[in-house]
Amino acid sequence: MSGVPMEHGLVLAAMLFALGLAGLMFRRNMVFILMSLEIMLNSAGLAFIVGGTAWGQPEGQAMFLLVITLAAAEASVGLALLLQLNNRFKTLDTDAASRMRG
Amino acid sequence: MEVAFYLSGLVAVLATLGVITNTNPVHALLYLIVSLIAVAIVFFALGAPFAGALEIIVYAGAIMVLFVFVVMMLNLGESVVAQEKAWLTPKAWLGPSVLAAVLLLTLIATLWLGDIGKVIQGDTLTAKEVGTTLFGPWLLIVELAAMLLLAALVTASHVGRVSPPEKPAMNQETGARKEHS
Repeated sequence: MSGVPMEHGLVLAAMLFALGLAGLMFRRNMVFILMSLEIMLNSAGLAFIVGGTAWGQPEGQAMFLLVITLAAAEASVGLALLLQLNNRFKTLDTDAASRMRG
Repeated sequence: MEVAFYLSGLVAVLATLGVITNTNPVHALLYLIVSLIAVAIVFFALGAPFAGALEIIVYAGAIMVLFVFVVMMLNLGESVVAQEKAWLTPKAWLGPSVLAAVLLLTLIATLWLGDIGKVIQGDTLTAKEVGTTLFGPWLLIVELAAMLLLAALVTASHVGRVSPPEKPAMNQETGARKEHS
């Protein structure tokens, strides 16, 4: 056996993505929601790497760099929103901020 | 290389399961770090060492440190764990899990029926080739990524500011006026 079939790498990325999606849907604590978003972005980056290495092209890794940039931007803004939620409502429940009022 | 890929893939999936089912935020964060490092080992096994190093430095290093600091600032206690346990009922997680499982089955079936036939040999793609791509034909996208990071910096410093605690009514008023102007 030599080499990994490309399907196996993509199946791993799909499994991580489905796990992150499930966590995003059934969690109400905002810390866990942000962590699930990180998992989903990371699995998208994994799919890019698998595609890039299967064809032997460096574009996959370049695209992964952009995904990481997006994840960093998303995490910083999301964590700032988390701090504001905790300041104003004294809870991490996202349902507390469901009204468009201050 | 194959053994490293399958073992670290298994570790990544199990650690991710630990993240989404844990009730303690700090334990979930530690599981997430393990998952990210396992994905980095997958990258090394596939022959993308630059991406693997970046995954460890930026994801497991910088972003996770940001999460750890925020969780420390929030000062979460036992009450949060109890609250999470109360929220994690089968009624809450069964429906989303079934939906995600159906999506996963669809993805796997599509991959199974499709005839890709590519095999990853694990030939190393060095950082030199990635850098040549990024600073040659992709230069505009690098500039756009820099602007995205700048926008995220401005947004985070604006949203994350703490208004002074005394006289809350006055503060809200001036804050509202400031946003209008």
